[in-house]
Amino acid sequence: MKETVLALLANYEEAAAIMLFVIGLSMLLFHGNLIKKLIGMNIMDTGSFLFLASMGYIEGRKAPILVDGFRSVEDYVNPVPAGLVLTGIVVSVSVTAVMLSLSIRLYRRYHTLNVDEVYLLSRHQLEDR
Amino acid sequence: MDFIRNFPLFTIVLSLFSSVLCMMLDGRRAKRYTVCYECFLIALSGAVLWYVSVTGEAFTYVMGEFPAPWGNEIRAGILEALLALTFLVILLCSVLGGWRFLLIDVEHSKINLYFTLINLLTAALMALIWTNDIFTGYVFLEILTLASCGILIVREIGRTTLAAVRYMVLNLLGSGLFLLGVVLLYSLTGHLLMVPMREAVAEIIAADGGAITVTFSLAVLTIGLGIKSGLFPFYFWMPDTYGTATPTSAAILSALVSKAYIFLLFKIYWRVIGIDVFQELPIHDLLFGLGILGMLFGSVSAIRANSIHRMLAFSSAAQIGYIYMGLGMGGPMGYVTALFQLIAHSVTKSLLFLTTPRLARVSGDSLLFQNLQGSGTRDRSAGIFFTLCSFSMVGIPIFAGFSAKLFFAVAAVETGKLGVLFATMLALAISSVLNALYFLRTVIRIYTAGRGGADISAPRIYAEAHNDIDAGEPVPETRTLSGRLSYWIPALILTGINLFLGLFSWVTVDVIQRGLMMFA
Repeated sequence: MKETVLALLANYEEAAAIMLFVIGLSMLLFHGNLIKKLIGMNIMDTGSFLFLASMGYIEGRKAPILVDGFRSVEDYVNPVPAGLVLTGIVVSVSVTAVMLSLSIRLYRRYHTLNVDEVYLLSRHQLEDR
Repeated sequence: MDFIRNFPLFTIVLSLFSSVLCMMLDGRRAKRYTVCYECFLIALSGAVLWYVSVTGEAFTYVMGEFPAPWGNEIRAGILEALLALTFLVILLCSVLGGWRFLLIDVEHSKINLYFTLINLLTAALMALIWTNDIFTGYVFLEILTLASCGILIVREIGRTTLAAVRYMVLNLLGSGLFLLGVVLLYSLTGHLLMVPMREAVAEIIAADGGAITVTFSLAVLTIGLGIKSGLFPFYFWMPDTYGTATPTSAAILSALVSKAYIFLLFKIYWRVIGIDVFQELPIHDLLFGLGILGMLFGSVSAIRANSIHRMLAFSSAAQIGYIYMGLGMGGPMGYVTALFQLIAHSVTKSLLFLTTPRLARVSGDSLLFQNLQGSGTRDRSAGIFFTLCSFSMVGIPIFAGFSAKLFFAVAAVETGKLGVLFATMLALAISSVLNALYFLRTVIRIYTAGRGGADISAPRIYAEAHNDIDAGEPVPETRTLSGRLSYWIPALILTGINLFLGLFSWVTVDVIQRGLMMFA
């Protein structure tokens, strides 16, 4: 038990990332409100990004940009995780934008953002084509 | 000759370019352009298939000339080329066959945007098929999700919006899990390209306790893609999604989008984990079990469905269960059959989704079973094609569905495990009976004249509104020559492929086997 706690403390960034992911996941799954679902999705993605960023960061090393000529390989960090985080953020932003516009459309039609309520409302409508 | 090596990249990049171009064209021109462009892409992927068959080995296209552990790669072998070709043919047929309904369902000023999305979707499909880099896989996975959401909500009725919201929420859940899986695997292996990843994974597995970390990452990936493709407990989003979309979208979503996710998962199992390692992991058996459960529960839900689209959607869940069962069965034949089933189901289900709206059209625009009574006699061609596809789904010989089921049985025997053999045979038997129950019941229904007033009155009301046609005749826009052709050509092509898969199944299986040999 003690070892587990110590291991978690030593890797607190990763532990926090996984906690964020799980919080976001449960919000996305279990929250009725669409906007809160979206916030959950963003928290979930943030968890993944934090995980990547903390993996990519090594204390004392610099970004691999040559300023005063090349030093040794040991002086630089791997730039790929940072690049992945950036790509991931772009994807996450565009998905959020699409989902928000969908929410607007849903709200205009049903005047609520609660997905369960919308589902009940739509049941009374005529089905299918 | 070596110029052909550029073609896989062209299929991706030109599709992205076309999607921008379609924004600038008007609706009809965008459609014409897309049809011509899809034909061009079919020629390109056909050339790639020919090239890799002749040279007998897969080739890697290195982007930006950065060699293997760095950079980004495209890899083309027989299997990828075959899938690209099949997917593009089905895409083209779906666009042609659903065009008349697209004009009804979509606001005319927005039709060009629909084709923008279709081209974007093509780019994503092609990228998922060709890519050799797991993060590129993630990016195009999201593009595919957004494009498929777009082609779903383009039909502006309330239920589509709701269906799109549910579809997106589940898909985002799946994408999130997939991203986490990719990140975990990256932190374990230090690579994003699939082949170096596999070498690293082999080392990790050999080390003490390494199997748990790999299994966990792989489980997260599998659940993510399982949700997106409709693996057993996660198939409940399907009926609303497929049931409310415009026919072209329904065909594409059920036949191509979910299959692309499955192929990505398949690629990860083969290239990232390595198939020998994968067969030792518990996920393997789990997939087998979930696949069988999907086959049974999907079919039971389909029997209970009250409308024909819901039935088809649940039947998709059952058929995707077959694919996962093949993936979990193991042994070379299991994987070959899973891929064969993937192609067979795509071909059949896309035509079914293009046919049912025509049956509905002559039944007062209703997809409910009670109103569809006798619709096969009112629109004969739709009735015939629906019947043929149903035969394939049930597994009647000479059709693709039969060959798939036969190969599943053969694969189960070849695994040499008694438990797998017993479970597969039982599942195949029960599932076939259930399939027959709901598909043949529907075939009988569409050829039985309805009893009671409501059933027959639906088409009559429609006929009174359009005085120029007799009761029970197909609606005007499908009666013209071009209207007939736009349905007959794709329907004939898809039925032809279906029959080819059924009658000459060994040709396809041989191609898939050769593809798998150069796949890893």
